[in-house]
Amino acid sequence: MKKLLLLGDEAIAQAALDAGLSGMYAYPGTPSTEIMEFIQSSKDATDRNVHRQWSSNEKTAMEAALGMSYAGKRAMVAMKHVGLNVAADSFINSAITGVNGGLIIVSADDPSMHSSQNEQDSRFYGKFAFVPCFEPSNQQEAYDMVFDAFEVSEKYKLPVLLRITTRLAHSRASINQKATIPEKMLSLPADPMQFILLPAIARKKFKFLLSLYESLRYENRISKYNYFKDGRNKDLGIITCGIAYNYLLENLDKSLNDFPVLKISAYPFPKDLIKDITGRCKEILILEEGAPVIEEAIRGILDEGIKVFGRLDGTVPRDGELNPAIVAKAIGFPVSYGQNVPSLVKMRPPSFCNGCGHIDMFNSLIEAVKPYGHGHVFSDIGCYTLAALPPYSAINSCVDMGASVTMAIGASDAGLFPSIAVIGDSTFTHSGMTGLLDAVVKNSPVTIIISDNSTTGMTGGQKSQATGRLEQICEGIGVSREHIKVIVPLRKNHTENVGILKEEFEYKGVSVVIASRECIQTAAKRKRSENSNE
Amino acid sequence: MKNDIILSGVGGQGILSIASTIGLAAVANDLFLKQSEVHGMSQRGGDVQSHLRLSDKPVSSDLIPYGKADLIISVEPMESLRYLPWLSTNGWLVTNSNPFINIPDYPPLDEILKEIKKIKNHIIIDADGIAKQSGSARSGNMVILGAASPFIEMPFESLENAVIKLFGRKGDQIIEANLKALKAGREYSK
Repeated sequence: MKKLLLLGDEAIAQAALDAGLSGMYAYPGTPSTEIMEFIQSSKDATDRNVHRQWSSNEKTAMEAALGMSYAGKRAMVAMKHVGLNVAADSFINSAITGVNGGLIIVSADDPSMHSSQNEQDSRFYGKFAFVPCFEPSNQQEAYDMVFDAFEVSEKYKLPVLLRITTRLAHSRASINQKATIPEKMLSLPADPMQFILLPAIARKKFKFLLSLYESLRYENRISKYNYFKDGRNKDLGIITCGIAYNYLLENLDKSLNDFPVLKISAYPFPKDLIKDITGRCKEILILEEGAPVIEEAIRGILDEGIKVFGRLDGTVPRDGELNPAIVAKAIGFPVSYGQNVPSLVKMRPPSFCNGCGHIDMFNSLIEAVKPYGHGHVFSDIGCYTLAALPPYSAINSCVDMGASVTMAIGASDAGLFPSIAVIGDSTFTHSGMTGLLDAVVKNSPVTIIISDNSTTGMTGGQKSQATGRLEQICEGIGVSREHIKVIVPLRKNHTENVGILKEEFEYKGVSVVIASRECIQTAAKRKRSENSNE
Repeated sequence: MKNDIILSGVGGQGILSIASTIGLAAVANDLFLKQSEVHGMSQRGGDVQSHLRLSDKPVSSDLIPYGKADLIISVEPMESLRYLPWLSTNGWLVTNSNPFINIPDYPPLDEILKEIKKIKNHIIIDADGIAKQSGSARSGNMVILGAASPFIEMPFESLENAVIKLFGRKGDQIIEANLKALKAGREYSK
């Protein structure tokens, strides 16, 4: 058995390849990006020609993966937690169609919002869609679970959700590799009606899904990922899941306190195991990374049963990721800090790279919009969101992928003039194009600035679907040719660019300004690889 | 044996090359290892850290508990102070003396160094200068790792072997420069 040193993300990718994956689908998003990147750089994946191209967004990725599953092969789709919102329509309906080849949806949550706009817990989606969900607590478990998730998926003909969090995704540990499984052959679903969700069919299938979910709950009492370890000290029983289990072990290692512990990593969580530990102990502490999913279920509305401690009563903070200190305090153990951070240490927020094209675009935008006052610029998700911070303070919104375009339209509908959107090239092809069509159809007086750095920059420079296509896309959607302006954001073009922006702001229809200059990080990476290939 | 190490710096300074070197050496020494990294937004010039935990027993938490780090290795002086709540009473702080200034309110360097000197066990090293002398201005991180190496419970040779493995594809010249930088750092601490 081979030992490999892998990030949690990479362990999942390696496992998928070892378990006979035929297609990987994803849109980049921290902390999930490295799953696809690992497969793209894998020699094995190249030799086997496993599908490994980025998709335009999480919904197209999810649907393509479902298509591969329809054709009988094993597929995986990976995204960050908010990406599952984008893919939610296909994800939830895929539970009702069911699958043919095994299908795993990896959703990487980001509690504490290290690189995200919220910290939603994907386990809610598992319950919402009535699909099995696995939540690994370490890299080895992440690796092993992929094999089991494919099996469960094919056994029950259901998609399986694999929920991970930032700490696991981006932490490296050694894992033991298993024997590989060959890829599946092309084979169509036995029932030709399986994937047709006409109401009459969907009603039947949904009833079946509901009953299946209860059988899964019952079966999960014997899942190897849900286990109970009894302890002598019955004053407190601890229920924990996912990575929270590690923080618990870290504390119990050094303690003589021998509490009964129930670890849950396979959902729907089994009622029997929970009844068992609550029946043995005087009080219960619940440790969950993310939302109080299990805690809410145990407390219910009345909360009149056993005394429960967790996120809902403040024993554990209601939001944010866990750490060893939070868990120690929740159990009642002392926490010893080192020295305080000296007061002279200043915050160092992320910032634009030196020489970044977004900087020059924003400098021109700031000057062009100045006469109209504050509050006219809607923006989006990407490196350019950093323009919210001083010295730029140049944008007024950042909500979700594509929202700059559509919020600019809505504000313009309300009478705001000018109404401006700033969106990146990759974000535009992810979710900005449909909004642009809305603007074109009603001829909204909006200016859409596509800050085109020809890459998906914030996540580390993945290929952008927009590269080389932006002008044709905008023209095809119906923006008039005279109002698709391409500028090069460089200091020497500043005055000219300010002039172009001002002109387009004044135009009473849809205009698109494509500010195009390659990301300096990807440009440097490209030059390095060109040099080494020479 | 247990070594809990915090690596710190600014996004883009390449602290992960130090982490990878120690990681490779740990695997070669059959140690258990967990290494938590920062990817994503903070990599754009923000403060970054990596928790690296080595042990002869399985490691539970991916994060080092407060007050338990044996060593802080920092490629930037102000960043070395940000993680003091993690440093144990007898822990060592090894830092580059060269500041990375990308914020308007960066404190005066002499005041930062004064704070670092208040730490019982500290080493301040001009890694950039020593790297230049070793013939590779870009190997400052290996100088710092060398300076920290006496406090990492692994044979020095295993770190050297890890450097050879890590930079293997980049050619002999780069391997040599990095090995020289690693040794120069170690000499400084001895």
